[in-house]
Amino acid sequence: MRPANLALIVFASAIGAFALSFADAARLRAQSESASAETARLVERLGLTDPALFTEARYTRHPTQADLQSAFQDHPVAFEHFPTGSLVPPPAGILNAYENLDRKTAAPD
Amino acid sequence: MPMKTWIEKQRHLIDFTLASLARRKAKNLGLLFIYTLLVFVLASVALYAHALRTEAQKVLASSPEIVLQRLVAGRHDLIPPGYLEQIGQNVRLRGVQKMEGRLWGYYYDSVVKANYTFMAPRDMQIPRGEIIVGPALERSRGLAAGNGISFRSYSGELHTFIVAEVLPQTSELVSADLVLMHEEDFRAFFKYPEGHWTDIAMSVANPQEVRNVAIKLLSTLPDSRPILRDEVLRTYASIFDWREGLMLALLSAAILAFGIFAWEKAAGLSAEERREIGILKAIGWETGDVIKMKFWEGLLVSLLAFLLGYVAAYLHVFHLDAMIFEPVLKGWAVLYPRFTLPPHIDGLQIATLFFFTVFPYTAAVLVPIWRAATTDPDTVMRS
Amino acid sequence: MIELTGIRKAFNQGRHNEYWALSGIDLAIPDQRVTALRGPSGSGKTTLLTILGCLARPTEGRVRLKDEDISGLPERFLTEIRRRTFGFIFQQFNLIRGLSALENIILPAYPTGQPRQALLEKAEALLAGVDLGQRRDAQVEWLSGGEQQRVAICRALINDPEILIADEPTANLDTKLSKEFLGILEKLADQGRTIVLTSHDPLVVDSAVVDFVVTLRDGRIVDAK
Repeated sequence: MRPANLALIVFASAIGAFALSFADAARLRAQSESASAETARLVERLGLTDPALFTEARYTRHPTQADLQSAFQDHPVAFEHFPTGSLVPPPAGILNAYENLDRKTAAPD
Repeated sequence: MPMKTWIEKQRHLIDFTLASLARRKAKNLGLLFIYTLLVFVLASVALYAHALRTEAQKVLASSPEIVLQRLVAGRHDLIPPGYLEQIGQNVRLRGVQKMEGRLWGYYYDSVVKANYTFMAPRDMQIPRGEIIVGPALERSRGLAAGNGISFRSYSGELHTFIVAEVLPQTSELVSADLVLMHEEDFRAFFKYPEGHWTDIAMSVANPQEVRNVAIKLLSTLPDSRPILRDEVLRTYASIFDWREGLMLALLSAAILAFGIFAWEKAAGLSAEERREIGILKAIGWETGDVIKMKFWEGLLVSLLAFLLGYVAAYLHVFHLDAMIFEPVLKGWAVLYPRFTLPPHIDGLQIATLFFFTVFPYTAAVLVPIWRAATTDPDTVMRS
Repeated sequence: MIELTGIRKAFNQGRHNEYWALSGIDLAIPDQRVTALRGPSGSGKTTLLTILGCLARPTEGRVRLKDEDISGLPERFLTEIRRRTFGFIFQQFNLIRGLSALENIILPAYPTGQPRQALLEKAEALLAGVDLGQRRDAQVEWLSGGEQQRVAICRALINDPEILIADEPTANLDTKLSKEFLGILEKLADQGRTIVLTSHDPLVVDSAVVDFVVTLRDGRIVDAK
């Protein structure tokens, strides 16, 4: 077969598969819509704040609800190896936006 | 030039470039394979992280607008009796629709060496002595509705519960380790003092008001710590960003190595190729024709690598549950939830990946050709 | 008709190794005739051939092709003239390795965008014309020297050029193959093509096929007859 035709067939199938992946994604999303909605309802009903991904310690099970100033605790083998906070500071914009909530008082101490 | 002639010409150029590639079949297939593999890895990471991030944000969008903790000596402490009432009396909180104490805590199950989250939901009728468990407990402890299970409490007593229900597997992402029980059972199990709460959940109708409410709470109750839903969502965005970034950082060495390899392959022009370009020019190819021919080579190789790599990554992440990168991307836990991510795809991310895989390679192929193709064609006569 | 006036060609101009390969050539190549350029190595005959075939530009002087001055044309137009007007047969044959005889032959026609089928049919006819029809699909590196040259001749003819340029066509051939080449040359001349070749092979230069012999020495024409 002529190489250019072979290339055309290969690329047509590859582009077809690429396009198909988006159609498939839309299908799967539609399929999971009810499950997602059910999960969201459960979150609302129980007032959940965190996904149950890393259950080992309270600062990983509920990273958003952990103590304000503590780390390294709880599970016997949960040695902290996920110290995001120690690697990157929060973005400056967020720091300013939240300064009223970071326990600084408006009046001088 | 008529369209038909133009197309036929491009097909001729593709014929030639493919025949050239076929001459070093093993080397070029090897390049295509490694290239595809690299796109596959990058696309897997990007697709997985984005889908997880989006799903977490979507699901958590219905969590409470404000969770109020009380701090003692900088640590999370129980909400004492009267605290809730105090808020209601002292603070005129406009816009707060609902405010209720929550009861939850952790329990370490030494049998499976896992932590559970115990919770006493207020608006769920669970009879005393019964529990509703998350799907991960169903798996790890072999629980089913009607089974009994005993937990030894922190005070040393053994408490036995009957499993009334297992939460649906579809919501496992947020409910895997939950153990839901009656408030009285919860207080008895943890010896949780009467009238105390773990924290307070508030719902605020107007999103614009959330921060004002939080500031007002903080000034009235200086020992409280309001956690806004925005912060929760941001925390998760950054956690998954961070994991994705970690993976990409690890991969960067591989990306660089491939970059050098591809540059060497694409930009290095062998004496043979140089000679061929001279011949083509001498027999009537324009400089533009030579460059177009090479352009097709770069585009075909990199585009095919991109398409194959992306489609393989899509299948890997959304149909095979990201089995290869699971440990790095998901993290670890004794009770890791089993969930299937709905494929949320970020078009911009894919476009970026496309640009950074297809463009540099095609350019790398063209750079040396430009030089070679602009040399005089008479060099072939004087070899 | 190609007319050269006052052609001079320098290499490495302005540098310490500056070298004038041609120093003042006036020459007219007649249509539909076979012209041979003869001379010892270094006499400038290959350089002259590259200028005649528009592969290179002269440093000084004018080139007129069919009464049109082409010395000032930009590279793009020169390439197009080269493709339409000239067919080249190189001393080293200069075939592309890894491609079949047929594919090599149709290469010069790629930029014209003609349908592949038509080109292949034309190439097959050309191959049959030089008794090489049975080797059409063989990769060129597996062909003998004589076969390779015949493929190169077919390649030179695919765009149906008026003028054929051949550089030392018999340098890599033995006597028997050289005679076969002269036979092909005669056929091409009979078709009415203009042929310019360089050679210092007496078999070629003294043959009856060659109409004019131009002798060069040190970049000048010393004899033309």
